[in-house]
This record gives sequence, structure tokens and C-alpha cells, in this order.
Amino acid sequence: MSRLTPFEWIAAIRFMREGLVQTLLIIVGVGLGVAVIVFMSAALAGMQANIIRRTLNYMAPIVVIPPEQVARPLREDGSKTAALVQPRSQQLRSIDQWQKVRAQIERLPDVVAVTPVITGPGFALRGDANKAVNITGIEPETYLNVIALADKMVAGKLTVASSDIIIGTELAKDLGAGIGDKLHLNTASGASETLNVTGIFDFGNKRVNGSNVYISLHVAQNLLDLIGGVSSIELKVRDPFEAETIAQRIQDETGQEADSWIKTNAQFFTAMAAQTLTNRLIRFFVGLTAALGIASVLVVSVVQKSKEIGILRAMGTSRGQVLRLFLLQGAVMALIGSLLGSALSFVFLSLFRSIARNPDGTLMFLIEIDPPLLMVTTVGATLVGVLAAALPARLAAQLDPAVAIRG
Amino acid sequence: MAESGTAATLRLEGVRKSYGVGTPVETEVLHGVDFSLKPGEFAALIGPSGGGKSTLLNVIGLLDQPTRGKVWIQGIETDKLDDAERTRLRGRSIGFVFQYHYLLPAFTALENVMMPMLAVRGRPDDEMRERAAVLLDKVGLTPWKDHKTNDVSGGQQQRVAVARSLAMAPALVLADEPTGNLDTNSADGVFDVLRSVNETSCTTFLIVTHDPRLAQRCDRIIELVDGRILADRPNRNVVGRSGAVFSESASVPSAS
Repeated sequence: MSRLTPFEWIAAIRFMREGLVQTLLIIVGVGLGVAVIVFMSAALAGMQANIIRRTLNYMAPIVVIPPEQVARPLREDGSKTAALVQPRSQQLRSIDQWQKVRAQIERLPDVVAVTPVITGPGFALRGDANKAVNITGIEPETYLNVIALADKMVAGKLTVASSDIIIGTELAKDLGAGIGDKLHLNTASGASETLNVTGIFDFGNKRVNGSNVYISLHVAQNLLDLIGGVSSIELKVRDPFEAETIAQRIQDETGQEADSWIKTNAQFFTAMAAQTLTNRLIRFFVGLTAALGIASVLVVSVVQKSKEIGILRAMGTSRGQVLRLFLLQGAVMALIGSLLGSALSFVFLSLFRSIARNPDGTLMFLIEIDPPLLMVTTVGATLVGVLAAALPARLAAQLDPAVAIRG
Repeated sequence: MAESGTAATLRLEGVRKSYGVGTPVETEVLHGVDFSLKPGEFAALIGPSGGGKSTLLNVIGLLDQPTRGKVWIQGIETDKLDDAERTRLRGRSIGFVFQYHYLLPAFTALENVMMPMLAVRGRPDDEMRERAAVLLDKVGLTPWKDHKTNDVSGGQQQRVAVARSLAMAPALVLADEPTGNLDTNSADGVFDVLRSVNETSCTTFLIVTHDPRLAQRCDRIIELVDGRILADRPNRNVVGRSGAVFSESASVPSAS
């Protein structure tokens, strides 16, 4: 008789129905708790995914650049150097033998796409307007595999032939330039090019839209005086959250400096970790509160029913049966509560969808409640219910029938 | 050893029971009780309050263990059993009727009668349901079998409790003031049910009662005073088998 039999099921369900008000209250309580947990986890995941997506829009997960130049003593004969050494100014340099480095990186596992890039400062001039810009020379065939620039085009087309330039919406506005217009691109070295605006992009970020311009790799090499070279190699990895580990590995294997977006956005990641921790804490306490609720309802029920439990024991019900009878009540209340909570979380979600909208009516960010989360929460809540019922169930099982009946 | 009580449904030998063992307030409630009940006996256990009747009933019903002495139920020496074995023996061999019925209010009369069978066997079946219906019929409650137990009268509740005590066809039924909460009429009705079951089966009854009138209707009267058996005598002239009370409630068993 150590298995769960219909007897325990029948008695557990009747006992719960008998105290219907208590049972319903606790089920609603568990339901609200589960709904909060599910909705909050989904909202947080959606928000973080949204920020990550927006960041990785215009930024490669890993950027490989040449190692920093350091001031070295000219003589190695042990003569003294000044106590204060002025750090070297960093000039724009190419990655040494970048084709070899690129091939090396391409062979690494988890690397999805690799592209050589040359970036440097410049000025965009059109008529009287003059704007400082970030020149990015790209190899379109591979660059588009790393940055989804094609998806961000709002006008014109994405071609970067030798006389083409692609600018952001903000810069287009500042310069009053449209598709087909010409503009000058100057650099500090004195080089200058006249280019045709062939496309306009929008990354949803004003700073990026106002300063990034894309031209062909060759033109950029000329402008930035880096013939045949590239200033960085950008790459995309399978899991953006693994970027830092992969960056470390690239650094070890190539001797170049590799910066992951995690390092570049350290503050954001700290904030995200804090959010995640807060979410866990809230989940824990909501779970604990629900568990205490279940436990207290069952303790009261054990006390109220002590005579009935005594008579059940007198009739030949074993301690194990009484124990399981109460564990089952905890499990059933938690299970029904979490099913209710799952349903409620969808109500929260639709409510959120109707409120959290941008002025133009689009969603601020996308929240999806994924089935695995619901499954995990439901199973977890049921286990918590059984655990919460452990104490009252033990109390009930250990009741001395003689005392309970007399009492 | 276990064979020594073959003939008796119940045998007590030097049963002593103390409370607070090992503390300064240790008190002995039963000072060595010996008696046995043969199959089919219908005995009353009488005596003043605080004389140890309920304690003795708990010991006999395996709800409590004697401090010293031995209890045999149908020849089984119970002090050799562990808690689970005692529970099983209690479930199969002993039925209880208490002063207050202790029915489960969440269940109907029929389900309450099924409950001992369900607890022991785990799974409800038609046979259980039929047996419960037969027992309810025996106590005259067929019309109320699907009522929740809080919806029937006190006397009817106690008759449900009697039917429940008989569910497992126990060898021994222990009744602790089964009519203590009932008016005279209902009390007689319940008592008649007990007697008629006793007459049609060979179930042994031990009935604790304060009511001398009911005690006089038993075959044997055991008097327990201050934890000792003061008198244990057969009751030669059982009363109440004729006269108004009996004939009025005699209709109960046949009221199907």
C-alpha cells in the first residue's frame, strides 16, 4: 500500500471541495503568483532581447583590431628610462597580414561570418553643410553577413561601387542630401572623394544614423591612407553571449586585440545581470509566499479534520495513506493554481500589448511567452506545492488516532 | 503462543496501562485486566467515568498499546506487531462506533460506509458499493444513502456509523457509548440494530455504556472500576426483548 491509490485521490479532492472557499482562495493566490513570475520573466527576456537586438544592429559581436602601440625603450642595454613615459598616440594602422588573420578566424568554431572593415574619421561636405562622420569601408558580400544593413535600408539600394556612399537618415537630413545627390568626403590626410548617395539607412539610433557612412573598401583605403590594409576584422558568432570567450580565444591565437560587444557594453551587461538577479529574487519570494499560503491552509485543515483523520486511521488507513492524501492536496492546489496563472499571464500580456506602444502605434518591444517557460513554471509550482504540504502532511500522518478521537 | 487464543475473538491477559511513563506524574489507569470474549458474544462494559473504560477500549482497538500485559485478537498476539501490521489488523478485524459518529461530512452515507473498504483496498468497485448498500439497508437507511451525512438526523448518523463499523465484516465491534448522544427512541433504534447484527452474524460486540437500561439488554456485563474488573457476570434475564421499546423499534431491520 505504498502507491498512490484512488482512495487518496478521492479523499484529497473531497477534502478540498469541502473547504471550497479556502481552496479557491489559495488557488487564486498561487495563480497570481505564477502569472507574475511568468509575465515578469517574459517581459524581462523580451526587453533584454530587444536591447541586445538594437545594439547588435549596427555593431558586430566581435571586432578584431591591431594591438595597441606602446612606447618602447630604443636601447635594450639596461640604461635607465624616465619615470614618466608619455603614452604613444595611436595612429590608424592596418592589421598585420590581415588576410592570414581573417583565414585563421574563419577556421574557428562558432564563428558564423567574418568581414574585413576599415574605419576612420572624416568630414562629409555638401554645399555649406559640413559634418564629422565615421567612414566605414566595407566589402559588401561579407559585411552583410555580419551586420544586417540590407534590412535597415529605407531608401535607394545597397550598392557600394567605387563612387557610391550610403548614409543614415539623420545625416541625409543634416546635409539635405537625397538619393542621387553628390557629396564630398574629406579626411585629415587631405584626401578627398566625391561620391553619389545611393542608399539611406535607419538603425533606429540617432547617433549612428547621423555619423556612419558606408563606402567601398578600396575608396576607404585611399581616403584613410591605408592602401591594401584594413583597420579591423568584424565577425558574427553563433551565440552572442559567448562573444567574450571567443574574443579571448581569438586574441590568444592571432595576437591581435579582440573586443567583444559584451566588453564594449559592460555597463549594460552589469545592469542586465542586476535585473536578472532581481527577477530571481522576486521569483523566489513569490514562490515562497505561495508555498507558505498552501502550507497554512493545509495546517488549518489538518487541525480541523484531526478527528476525521483519527477515524480514518482507526478504520485501517495507514500513516502513508494519510501522508499522501495531504501531499496530494498541496500538489493539486499548486497545479490548478499554476494553470490558472498561466492563463492569467496571457491576460497580462494582452493588457501590456495594448498599453506599451510607441507613439506611432508599433509595439515598444516584443514579449513572447514561450511554452517551455510555462511548462517549467507549472512543474516547478507543483513541486513547490508538494514541498509546502510536507509539514502538514507529516502532522496528519503522525496524529495519534486515540488522542485525535478523544481530543 | 499465538494459538493459545484460538477460540476467543479477544483475549486480554494482565493488561496494564500507564500514562506519563518515566515522569514524576506517572499514573496507572489499568491495573491488570483479564478477560476474553468468545465469537458472537454481546457484552457491555460499564463503570463510573474515569474508571479506564475508554483507555481499555483504545488498547483493545489497537489504537493504543498496553504498558504491560498482552492482547490477542483472533489468536494474534498484537504486541509482536509493528505499527503498519497493527493498522492492517485493525482495519480487517475491528469495527468502531464512537459516541460521536465521526462520519466524514464530505461524503454521502453510502460513501462513508464504503470508506473502510476503500482505505484498505485502495480502489472503489461495484462489490464495495453493493455491500455498503446492503449494510445501509440493514440499518434502515436505504432512502438516505445518497445524502451527505450532515443532512440526516443524529440517530441516522449513528446508524451510518454502525453500518460503517461492519463494512469489513469485522470479528469484533467496539462501541464507545454508541447511544450517548441520542434521545431514548433513537438510542433504542441504534441498539436494536447492533443486536440484530449480532444475532444474524457471529460478530462479537463490546459496548461501553453509562445507561443501565441498555446494559441490561446485553448478554454479559463487565464492570470496570478504578482500572480493575469489579464484576463480570452473564446477564441471564436480558430485558427489553419484549415490551413497548423493543416492538416499536423492531420495525427497523425490516424497513427496507
